Amino acid sequence: MLIVVCIKQVPDTTQVQIDPVTNTLVREGIPFIVNPYDTHALEEALRLKDRLGCKIAAISMGPPNAEATLKKALALGIDHAILLSDRVFGGADTLATSTVLAAAIAKLHAEVDEVGLVLCGKQTIDGDTAQVGPGIASRLNYRQLTLVDKIISLDLSAKKIRVSRKLEGRHEIVEAPLPAMLTVVRELNRPRYPKVQMRLAAAEAVVEVWDNKILQLDEQKIGLKGSPTWVSKIFSPERDKGEILGDGYADPAGAAALLIDKLMAKDMLPL
Amino acid sequence: MTPHPSLFAPLLIASLAVFAWGCWKRLSLISLGQPEDRFNNIGTRIGEMLRYAFGQKRVLAKPFGFNHFIIFWSFLILMVANTEFILNGLFPHTIKLVKLPFELYLPLAFMIDIASLLALAAVTVAALRRIFAPPYPEARTLDAFFILGLIATLMLASFTLNASELAAYMLKSGADPVSFLATARKMMPVSALLAGLLPPLQLEIIHTAAWWAHAVALLAFICYLPISKHMHILTAIPNCFLHRLEKPNTQPREEFTIGNTFGVGQVDRYSWKDLLDSFTCTECGRCQMVCPASITGKPLNPRAVIHDIKVNLLANGAALKKKGTPQIPLIGEDGEGSVSEESIWACTTCGACMEACPVLIEHMPKIIQMRRHLVESEAKFPEELLNLFENMEGRSNPWGIAPSERTKWCSQLDIKQFDRDTTEYLFYVGCAGSFDSRNKHVSVAMAQLLDKAGVSWGILGKEEKCCGDSVRRLGNEYVFDKMARENVAMFIERGVTKVITQCPHCFTTLKNDYRQYGLELEVIHHSELLRNLLQEGRLLLGKTTQEMGTTVFHDSCYLGRHNDVYDAPRAVIEAATGQAPSEMERNRSSAFCCGAGGGRMWMEEHGGERINLTRINEALEQSPDTICVACPYCMTMFEDGLKDAKADYVKVRDVAEVMAEALLH
Repeated sequence: MLIVVCIKQVPDTTQVQIDPVTNTLVREGIPFIVNPYDTHALEEALRLKDRLGCKIAAISMGPPNAEATLKKALALGIDHAILLSDRVFGGADTLATSTVLAAAIAKLHAEVDEVGLVLCGKQTIDGDTAQVGPGIASRLNYRQLTLVDKIISLDLSAKKIRVSRKLEGRHEIVEAPLPAMLTVVRELNRPRYPKVQMRLAAAEAVVEVWDNKILQLDEQKIGLKGSPTWVSKIFSPERDKGEILGDGYADPAGAAALLIDKLMAKDMLPL
Repeated sequence: MTPHPSLFAPLLIASLAVFAWGCWKRLSLISLGQPEDRFNNIGTRIGEMLRYAFGQKRVLAKPFGFNHFIIFWSFLILMVANTEFILNGLFPHTIKLVKLPFELYLPLAFMIDIASLLALAAVTVAALRRIFAPPYPEARTLDAFFILGLIATLMLASFTLNASELAAYMLKSGADPVSFLATARKMMPVSALLAGLLPPLQLEIIHTAAWWAHAVALLAFICYLPISKHMHILTAIPNCFLHRLEKPNTQPREEFTIGNTFGVGQVDRYSWKDLLDSFTCTECGRCQMVCPASITGKPLNPRAVIHDIKVNLLANGAALKKKGTPQIPLIGEDGEGSVSEESIWACTTCGACMEACPVLIEHMPKIIQMRRHLVESEAKFPEELLNLFENMEGRSNPWGIAPSERTKWCSQLDIKQFDRDTTEYLFYVGCAGSFDSRNKHVSVAMAQLLDKAGVSWGILGKEEKCCGDSVRRLGNEYVFDKMARENVAMFIERGVTKVITQCPHCFTTLKNDYRQYGLELEVIHHSELLRNLLQEGRLLLGKTTQEMGTTVFHDSCYLGRHNDVYDAPRAVIEAATGQAPSEMERNRSSAFCCGAGGGRMWMEEHGGERINLTRINEALEQSPDTICVACPYCMTMFEDGLKDAKADYVKVRDVAEVMAEALLH
């Protein structure tokens, strides 16, 4: 059985700023990281591999430099790394992205091994839509189990999986036949750290690149052309300016007294 | 009265064979270690050997060391007597010291007699100490008492032997006993005294008995030596000769190519010198008595680490020689012969063990080698380190704060960027000085002082990156290597030659570790710079500050023990407050760690007493108003610890803050 993990290279959002003029993300000089949720998907795949001995393929759609993301996955012990990269894939929304990813998974299924599980992070930290995983499942007609925080059992002979889903204020135990697509939350596991030997091997490894010549998808259904949604504006939400009370440096006690008065006046400090 | 060569010779040959076999068995194991050059600077090495081995410099650092000094030098003197004894046993009456010219024989005989007496007294004291006040409870070993007993037997037998020979000579020559013994007493006081007490009729039997008692004790000693901890008699002198001449404050680089192994997870991955160290340890326990982890009840005991390496080598040696798999793992919970992961992670790399070791064993590098194995080859480490490693690699600071915030501490100040043409010094602020809210105050104080003194300086601003100290000490050499390469390349590109640091960890890394990357920087710790500026009259103190009250100074391990900077911070405090800071009981080279070094800053402290609280209690004994530090990690450990100890009426101040208080407020 083959497990496919979808991973995405995202800008380190703690370091992202928005250009006040163009309202777009300032990406220059911002380091890229593996989408944090995806690292948990990857870890779960690696644990299943450790336990069951299945193989793992990691796929990522992105520009050529997204290769670094796949190399990180290789350093952790995956078996196949495939970068889906082509200019015609660019500018894709969640629909067009899931079309490309689904096509790649179908190709892996046909050419490498029977795909039993697809693992995705619950969402990416740049787009935050949480739609790509379910999109893949819909296109491949796989069962979709979202927000998984625990794989309770995986029965390969009966082709069944039972998971716990972390929902607001409750958990849901769900069982589904394979193949299935899971999106995972951070509580699922703690990602491992790469061993140096594996990092060195990964650095030398060649990441396979599949472009649209290989996937042969209809250009109207992928990339910008295949994307019914586009971002019209990105902005930081406006927030009312705060107020500075007193002088905390020169007179901290006085400033604290002013604050207490203010809060009491607004009845926000029950005594 | 003749010894029997026909009996003695075979016994001697057998003993020497056992000795040689024992030595070979162990020394051949040392050859399993990895190559390492310890034969550079022979002249210096000879000096070190004379100082530490023959001069017993470290041994004498503790009062009880005097006892060992006596045993050591008695041994050297008595080697003459024992050589004579052996030759005499093989060729009776041919080689005797007494045949030497009288002017030579007289002082020699006197020295031998006195040395024997001193040795006897010293081993008695040693035995009593082991019974009543052992250095540590497990030191009461049979092994120790056996060897002490053996030495005592040797001395007693030798006195009896000499006495019987004197008495026999007296009888034979028909000399007047009173005047004869009076003369003899000037030559061999103890033996002559005993000679007067021996019954004349049994002299022959006494002589024979004493001779054989001496012979048996000596041969037993020879046989026993290589298989016991007393092997140090053979290895300590070469070990002092072979010790690392530079302070062991860095770790060797690793080469990151496919197929290499990283760190030490199997005993033969250590260098031959590391293995020699394990055979040099006498288990005196001085390391464990100064180790902050051992003292506060953590699983680490530096003596046990060295002992376990030896036991592991002995157990696995045969298999390893045949390139087989070891029987006992080096790292594991398998008891003697294995070092537990917990103890490996408990080390603060403070270096106190190495400073205390009389035979210059290098404990810390061995522990870091094991950390390297765990991190790099097994990816196994306490879970709290995962974030640290990722933050360091991804954002080049321990907290994972966005690098763009590195200059927030100076947003209100007018500070130049470092430029090789317009600024002399780079002020390398460091992660704590840039991001930690308490330590930012130190950076601000430093900036103001530098301007006040008219120093030409600049910062790297948002381009500054972490030096990598913590990851290196934690054994993540792979990440350190990347960070060091980047920093070295940037320093070279920017033309940095002179660097000021306010953090002893940045200080040691830039100064000592980056040298391995071909970068020779002139790195100065801020306490040294401030002291120099005071001396040069560039910082003029109009008044002293009373704000600090009474002060006590805490030495940072990486400033003091690892880099020998002790006086500068004290001089700065004295100049600023008008009074020398008081000293804690353990200070300067024997100072006690705050608990944050070696990456422990980023780890949970499990079990036992907290290291920082132990140090705080020691500081509080001096009833200070202010505890002065010269390290951001010490600052954090003291600030936190004082709150826990409900003693936050005591302030913690960096030396720069003390100086700024006197100068600017």
